[in-house]
Amino acid sequence: MKIVICVKQVPEITDVKINPETGTLIREGVASILNPFCEYAIEIGLALRRDYGDIEIVPISMGPPQAKAALMRCLEMGADRAILLSDRKFAGSDTWATARTMAKAIKTMEGDFDLIIVGKQAIDGDTAQVGPELAEFLGIPQIMYGVGVELTHNKKRVRVTREIEIGSEIVEIKPPGLISVSKGPMIRSVSSFQEILDAREKELRVVTASDLNIEEDELGLKGSPTQVVKVFPPQVKKKVELIDGTEPQGAAEKLIGFLRERDFI
Amino acid sequence: MLKIDIDKCTGCKICEKICPFGAIFVGDKVAQVQDNCTLCGACENSCPVGAISIERRQISEKELRLFSGVFIWSECEVKEEKLFPKKLVKELLSQGRKLADKLDQELSVVVLGDRRLAKLETLIAYGADRIIRCKHKLLDRFTTDSFTNVISALISKEKPSVFLFGATPHGRELAPRVAARLHLGLTADCTGLEINDNGELIQTRPAFGGNIMASIVSPYTRPQMATVRPNVFSFGEPDNSRKGEIVDFKVVLSPAAIRTKVVAIERLRDEREVSIEDADIIVSAGRGCESKENLKLIQELADTLGGVMAGSRAIVELDWLPHTKQVGQSGITVGPQLYIAVGISGAIQHLVGMSSAKTIIAINKDPDAPIFKVADLGIVGDALEIIHILIRKLRKQRAREIPLRSQS
Repeated sequence: MKIVICVKQVPEITDVKINPETGTLIREGVASILNPFCEYAIEIGLALRRDYGDIEIVPISMGPPQAKAALMRCLEMGADRAILLSDRKFAGSDTWATARTMAKAIKTMEGDFDLIIVGKQAIDGDTAQVGPELAEFLGIPQIMYGVGVELTHNKKRVRVTREIEIGSEIVEIKPPGLISVSKGPMIRSVSSFQEILDAREKELRVVTASDLNIEEDELGLKGSPTQVVKVFPPQVKKKVELIDGTEPQGAAEKLIGFLRERDFI
Repeated sequence: MLKIDIDKCTGCKICEKICPFGAIFVGDKVAQVQDNCTLCGACENSCPVGAISIERRQISEKELRLFSGVFIWSECEVKEEKLFPKKLVKELLSQGRKLADKLDQELSVVVLGDRRLAKLETLIAYGADRIIRCKHKLLDRFTTDSFTNVISALISKEKPSVFLFGATPHGRELAPRVAARLHLGLTADCTGLEINDNGELIQTRPAFGGNIMASIVSPYTRPQMATVRPNVFSFGEPDNSRKGEIVDFKVVLSPAAIRTKVVAIERLRDEREVSIEDADIIVSAGRGCESKENLKLIQELADTLGGVMAGSRAIVELDWLPHTKQVGQSGITVGPQLYIAVGISGAIQHLVGMSSAKTIIAINKDPDAPIFKVADLGIVGDALEIIHILIRKLRKQRAREIPLRSQS
């Protein structure tokens, strides 16, 4: 069985600052990490391999050459081999063009996959669109917001426990299919020295546009139906009224005053 | 133009089953397409051997003008055995009305469901010119497969200029599938929507955890599609004198088109209970509440104020609350009139999910907690102790006020 896991390298958004003059992101000094939801996707894949055996885990990413670091992290966690789609021609891809390119790469190189697992969303763009778009391009069913995955019927069916607005449900598909995950088993945080050494021996293949039989006007910015026209800092909220609450009676009084002033009581 | 590669086609009939228009059939062991094909693309991606392709090209200005009308998907929820539009549909109608007026075009609302669909006239009172009803027994519950098929077919036929979905879990799994199928630009989780002088939809959304805003257009593809964050756009009172029409869209769906099977459902929220997404007042608990036991106090405050209790990711992971009550990036985006954060430090992932609340009160013992950056009123102190006193005072006050009111 083969599981392809799509991952993304993202900036640690907690550290992202805005240049107040230009309104652009200051990326210098901001660490790049494997998107946490992608990390859950890898963990879920590894848990399936542990429980059912004989499963190949292949993470795939699209990004600049430094995105190799995110794939190295996947290999250190235990993935078998990795693929990076990296080419200047991919630059400026929106979700549609990204999903299109990934779908083409998966069809071309890993067409015999059984499952695709993705994280619920990337913490930088927060769109949650590439997963469903990829599933559509591959013509396979999708199950979103998974928190647990199991294989049944002699690996002929995939059962996903997923979170829905009113609770949770268990949904079944016949592979191939795509699953997005919003939580992982959180089994590991750091890899051992041996795992890090082993990862260096594993295959990390870099694929360019010419390796994929895809029209140039479907790639990158040119292939993206959406265009960003303006980027600007959000409106700053008025300054907070901060009250010292070391004396709780007085603090509660002030709270009541505030609630009354705003007509909540 | 739909092309079928007869060398690749195996005559498996999957396209025949999936076509929402019955426009493709297998004869002489290969798929054949008829004139009623709308190029909706349902068959293209489902063909297991890649034998079907649709030539698409970028549209010219002149062709762009063929697309007209603002469309909204009305997501429904089950209440007392009926399917009712969710609250956010009113928000979409209110904003959609403004866009349609600016464009001088009609506002249509698309409703999918089975025979349990409730009376839909209220959607006209909230601003719709036309309700497009898609009724089929296989639309009794949301599945991405069935809803993608119906909405893609409808878009191919109706050719709207704008199509909006709520950025709810269902909206966000459905819209990208439609976008991929029809080769359309799609912007996620918008908090701003307007029409520029060229008649283009300007879609504004936060990115990088709300640190930056981006305005996005889809210049070459129609309809321009966006998912819209709930609780951002306000809506007014319904106008029952408004006129509008209800039309039926013929749905063709086969059970084979639905590839997911629900094995079990566990309900954690009663259908009568207000969801945190729709709540006007939320009292939200964080790790600073110290124990599950203390959540009773938070619930009590929520009850006293006529609101609901929610919580941060931290306490959901500790199993103090179910995930249906989790606020934030990995939970639910809320936008109540009043949000009281009790012992929540305010990680950026939490702030993303609640910063559109109208009034925010934060109580936390750490004066540097990031939650204070978005608060209107911040109290630095022992949250539990303050809440305890607050509840007592509110109760006393109620007890004093109620007899007075009943006399008048």
